[in-house]
Amino acid sequence: MKTLKYDVVVVGGGPAGSSVARYAARGGAKVLMLEKRQEVGSPVRCGEGVSKKILQKIELEPLESWIANEVAGAKIISPSGSEFELSEDLAGNETGYIIRRDIFDKHLAKLAAVEGADIMVKTTATSLIKEDGKIKGVLARHLGEEYRIEATVTVAADGFEARLSREAGLKTSLKLRDVDICIQYEMVGVKADPLYTEFYVGQGYAPGGYVWIFPKSERVANVGIGVNLMFSERGATPRRYLEKFIASREDLKGAKIVEINGGAVSVSMPPESVTLPGFAAVGDSARMIDPLTGGGVVNGAVAGRVLGEALGRMVQGKLSPEEALAEYEKGWRKKMEVQLARNYLAKEKLLELTDEEMNDLIEAVGSIKLEGLSTAAILKAVKEAKPSLAEKFSDFL
Amino acid sequence: MIRVDKEKCLWCGTCVGVCPTLALTLKETYVEVDHERCTLCGICVRACPVGAITMEGVEK
Repeated sequence: MKTLKYDVVVVGGGPAGSSVARYAARGGAKVLMLEKRQEVGSPVRCGEGVSKKILQKIELEPLESWIANEVAGAKIISPSGSEFELSEDLAGNETGYIIRRDIFDKHLAKLAAVEGADIMVKTTATSLIKEDGKIKGVLARHLGEEYRIEATVTVAADGFEARLSREAGLKTSLKLRDVDICIQYEMVGVKADPLYTEFYVGQGYAPGGYVWIFPKSERVANVGIGVNLMFSERGATPRRYLEKFIASREDLKGAKIVEINGGAVSVSMPPESVTLPGFAAVGDSARMIDPLTGGGVVNGAVAGRVLGEALGRMVQGKLSPEEALAEYEKGWRKKMEVQLARNYLAKEKLLELTDEEMNDLIEAVGSIKLEGLSTAAILKAVKEAKPSLAEKFSDFL
Repeated sequence: MIRVDKEKCLWCGTCVGVCPTLALTLKETYVEVDHERCTLCGICVRACPVGAITMEGVEK
């Protein structure tokens, strides 16, 4: 067994892991990032929509290599076909750019490498090193060899699977109603409006979730679905609903599938703590996904930056490891916890709605001028249009 | 016993994430089942987006 020593070991090379590695390395930390797959970013899991705000949030240049398309907004479409539009700046974490996730993820890993982080691909963390009540690194396998990787701080950025965060003892296990399961086809030969992402909601389309069409061009789009796990009594539920949706659509008729992706997202609240002595979880592994949209890239990358910067201050001697982890916990919550809580409540409400109620809701929202989309404005519109529906949302504020 | 059909599996990790006993591991291009940890709860069967997981020898 080979022994390696680092300030920080990051398990997982997605957007959250790469952001931790990049900012910790920039701060002077000796960082190693492990990726179990032989190629960072591939295969892509679900969804490739991100808000343009990601550029400023983690200091990115908008590059054609990873941006496939830029949209003006999102359309939310009800079972009856009524819709409302949201401009991209109001539409949350998933609308703005349609990206090529494989190239995007690899780009972020390269930014980490440029700052000096070491990266090992095709490397699986097999277990945590726990000593004296602290986590002190991981055991890993790389190309048939065992490694003991010792680190002051171990970071679980291991995605939805969250094996590491759960093995460490964080409460990141999920209830059925807090999981959406997904499948996506990249389709060529569609007739898409390249300016809008489309979200089809309602139990008939996608029980407890939605169908999305994210255009990469006029001819190419990601067509995908997320279904709440509560509504999946047997396997292949997302696939069956997606096939039904595609078969019903003229604009997708005859289009060819060039890629299939599967995946799942948590639609939960994050646990009360995502840190332990010597350990932190970040991104999907820490259940930071937006429970309403299912978007996790931006939150993961932003929280990764907060953690990376705190770890940088740790190696500069300005913070103890305990202080750095406390600063991370406080910092990421300040950036997104209110939004996560609000959208969790919204998701819980939407889970209960019948298609008729969803129709009423979307018609009501479509009838207001959306200069700013606030919860209050939506409630007011719903109250005027459908007082009985408004009652369901009365505890929302 | 849980069985994962390697030909259907998309390596997406959904089953791993929903498993309450950490009995499943995604090993890059296949899912490994720890049958000692598995309690046959069937959540992974319900969760698999493509229906790659089945339970054999168990009454439904």
